Amino acid sequence: MSLEMIIGIEVHAELNTKSKIFCTCSTAFGGEANSKVCPVCSGQPGSLPKLNEAVVECAVKLGLVLGCTINRNCKFDRKNYFYPDLPKAYQISQLYFPICTDGKLEIDINGSKKSIGIREIHIEEDAGKLIHAPSENGTYIDYNRAGVPLLEIVTNPDFRSAQEVVAFIERLRETMLYLEICDCKMQEGSLRADVNLSIREQGNELGTRTETKNMNSLRAISRAIEYERERQLEIINGNGKVVQQTRRWDEDKSKSFPMRSKENAQDYRYFPEPDLQPLEISEERLNEIRKNIPELAQEKRGRYMSEYGISSHAAGIICASKNMAGLFEELAQKSKEPVEAANLITGELMRLINNFNADMDTLTIDVDKLAFLIYLVVNGKINRGVYKDIVGEVFTNNVDPEKYIAEKGLLVVSDDDAIIAAVNEALSKNSAAVGDFAAGKEKAFTFLMGQAMKSLGGKGDPVSVKRVLLKVLNEKNSCE
Amino acid sequence: MFELNALELSQAIREKKLTVVEVVSAYLDAVKKIDEKINAFLCINAEYALSKAREIQKKLDAGEELSKLAGVPIAIKDNISTKGFKTTCASKILDGFEPIYDATVIEKLEAAGLIIIGKLNMDEFAMGGSSETGAFGAVRNPWDISRVAGGSSGGSAAAVAAGALPLSLGTDTGGSIRQPCAFCGVSGIKPTYGAISRYGLVAYASSLDQIGPIGRSIEECAALLEIISGEDNKDATCVMQKPFAFTERFKNKLNGIKIGLPTNYFEKGIDNGVKNAVLAAAKTFKEAGASVIEFNMPFTEYMVPSYYIIASAEASSNLSRYDGVKYGYRSKNAVTLNEVYRMSRNEGFGLEVKRRIMLGSFVLSSGYYDAYYKKASDARSLIKSAYEKLFEQFDMILSPVAPTTAYKLGENIDDPMKMYMGDIYTVSINLAGLPALSIPCGFDEQGLPVGLQLTGNAYSEATLINAAREYQSITDWHTKKPGDVI
Repeated sequence: MSLEMIIGIEVHAELNTKSKIFCTCSTAFGGEANSKVCPVCSGQPGSLPKLNEAVVECAVKLGLVLGCTINRNCKFDRKNYFYPDLPKAYQISQLYFPICTDGKLEIDINGSKKSIGIREIHIEEDAGKLIHAPSENGTYIDYNRAGVPLLEIVTNPDFRSAQEVVAFIERLRETMLYLEICDCKMQEGSLRADVNLSIREQGNELGTRTETKNMNSLRAISRAIEYERERQLEIINGNGKVVQQTRRWDEDKSKSFPMRSKENAQDYRYFPEPDLQPLEISEERLNEIRKNIPELAQEKRGRYMSEYGISSHAAGIICASKNMAGLFEELAQKSKEPVEAANLITGELMRLINNFNADMDTLTIDVDKLAFLIYLVVNGKINRGVYKDIVGEVFTNNVDPEKYIAEKGLLVVSDDDAIIAAVNEALSKNSAAVGDFAAGKEKAFTFLMGQAMKSLGGKGDPVSVKRVLLKVLNEKNSCE
Repeated sequence: MFELNALELSQAIREKKLTVVEVVSAYLDAVKKIDEKINAFLCINAEYALSKAREIQKKLDAGEELSKLAGVPIAIKDNISTKGFKTTCASKILDGFEPIYDATVIEKLEAAGLIIIGKLNMDEFAMGGSSETGAFGAVRNPWDISRVAGGSSGGSAAAVAAGALPLSLGTDTGGSIRQPCAFCGVSGIKPTYGAISRYGLVAYASSLDQIGPIGRSIEECAALLEIISGEDNKDATCVMQKPFAFTERFKNKLNGIKIGLPTNYFEKGIDNGVKNAVLAAAKTFKEAGASVIEFNMPFTEYMVPSYYIIASAEASSNLSRYDGVKYGYRSKNAVTLNEVYRMSRNEGFGLEVKRRIMLGSFVLSSGYYDAYYKKASDARSLIKSAYEKLFEQFDMILSPVAPTTAYKLGENIDDPMKMYMGDIYTVSINLAGLPALSIPCGFDEQGLPVGLQLTGNAYSEATLINAAREYQSITDWHTKKPGDVI
């Protein structure tokens, strides 16, 4: 008997619109409890929802990018259930006519591509948060998050491994970051995924599935999948039956625990939301949104390689963050040296980002200064070592490279008199090496070159130093 | 002062013959006396009203126009959110609840210079047709205080009928403005769905609820309707852009107006007193130049059932927020979360509300949705298109408002089916989202007022109001007042 694991996931993405989905309260994360609430999002008697059109735009953008059918006449429904974090005791969602259906997203698994089907994307509102205070034997409610817009992205049961799930979420995350519709911070809960998992004999009908919730990192998702796979396999191998249930992942205990089973599953009594008109999206508006879809990571990577001639590896590093890609494009354009720009970003800048634990997605740096430094190094005005140092200075202290170089006298010395003097000094101090060179030892030349550069304080133009050194040595040899 | 209608009263104020404070004080006194007998008010805020009166007087003195109802006192049905007044929906579950915001209609009233003096009694959460289901006692009919005022806007109609106020606001989900107006002998309008903002109207059935004016004459109601109508960016279902302006009148009286008369409405289950008065009114319309055309109203058997399925379904969801967690009543005996929900709601809601929440939850539950909610929605579509066809033939439909006149307090309260059938002439209009008005058209043999209903196509309020104006210019039913209440 050959068993296989089948997984489908539901991803909840909090949209980064300025205001909430049905009122004008801010969506900013955190803040004093209940400081971002109004009659609408706190469910006061008589208040009514008014749809934030920016939410529709986000949903359509993602739908288009994922190749979905955009349902131009979609509707909202009420999902009714009691819970203290849900102020109206119903969530406005979409059951019968979701905004997007039937899409796909391609993932890369060990070099081969796999397409994951998207069943639907629907719009809904988030709930508030409960803050338990065991010491007071009570619970507080914070409605700041209530009414924050969410997209729920539901996949087909197309995954066969945790690795595929992780790759999918990473791709989806990258896509949403490039579309700038979601912060995708799993720790803050702006991106969450529920995993539906079942096991079947290959080729047979789907087995009974469980749904695992409450994973707040990719690692947790991976572990929760492995845990659930083992748990179900153990039941099946012991001739038991998997029970359909919802389970809660406990990261500290590295285990999941049952929350509720099918028998006591809630009846959400969905029905069409009477407070909102059906949502109509005109052809015109659809085209407008389509036009505003930015270039995505995948496209950028390809273009960087063909247009700028940079390596696939470098393009991959740069495009991992939309911010870094933007920085690269600006620097390539301003310096007119795309390869040099790519090297600077993937090399020195990445090293600095790692050292200082900076955030790639929000990093700002003066690109004009970097472009100027590239100009200097490419044209031999400064040496590589000096270049790296100044990039670091710009990164940490935002120094003005021109002033900095002038103050510290870092420009390359290409004045022959100074170089001749330095070469002569090196030769007179190291007569043994001079002898070695005359005896045909190549290494002696490198050593003497180093000594001459040292006495020039590292600023000597290497080409000139080499030329002068060779000339002087040759003259010496021919004299003797 | 009490002889003046709302428009005359405002004119006297704007012509400096009366001050706003004088008027408001006089009406506050009247309310106090009258309300002991009819229990129309749930809350009166004299301090607030007087301070508003002074504020409006100042504005008028400074030459501000405000509106043709500036300075007129008004009271509001207690399911409309008001910052200065408790808003309880006549329910124990919201006993003492003070809203943190004003409904859009309240903002509009205050901008127009009307003075809100209190909140009016009703059926709990507007569920009922007799204003007996509220937690704070039944409203009594000023024509006979042993009888009901009708409902659910019973307080709104009774207060105006008794002369405690020139105007009030009610709400109408299945007849809740029109039927109490008929029972109390006053005029009222249920506007087209989408003409008035519902923002701040505590929802009973969202797809049916509308706020509307109540006054002695249709002229006063029309003036108030102009003020409260028009687009509101807080209510997605309020789609009428500009407020109403009922300036144009019929040029040729009722000549050329085609009125449909549904003969099957008069066949059974209707009191003779009601039948006679309404048919007499039809004759009056005809004599005044209108053509009255008889027809059979289709789908009458679907009206009440589909209304109660849809209204209860929406109510079961709308009333879920009263859970003892955020505001309102919380059971003192509750310990666990489930107890907070179960006990607070069990102790906080009255019988009729519970009945509808259970009915609504049932028709939406998995396995029953298609058989009930879906079917009712289909019936609703049929009714809607039937009306559309009828209004290709007629300018309006003339019908009774209710099959009976005001019945005795307690007479029907234990018979929900009888109570629900009392809504037979009104509910279909809410299902179709149409405008309708209710005006007095006579008395039955017991001396109780009878009302007639004019129903029109969507946004045809001006036509209905003009027809009612003509009727009220040749009849005096709307000027009759109950005898010994004041």
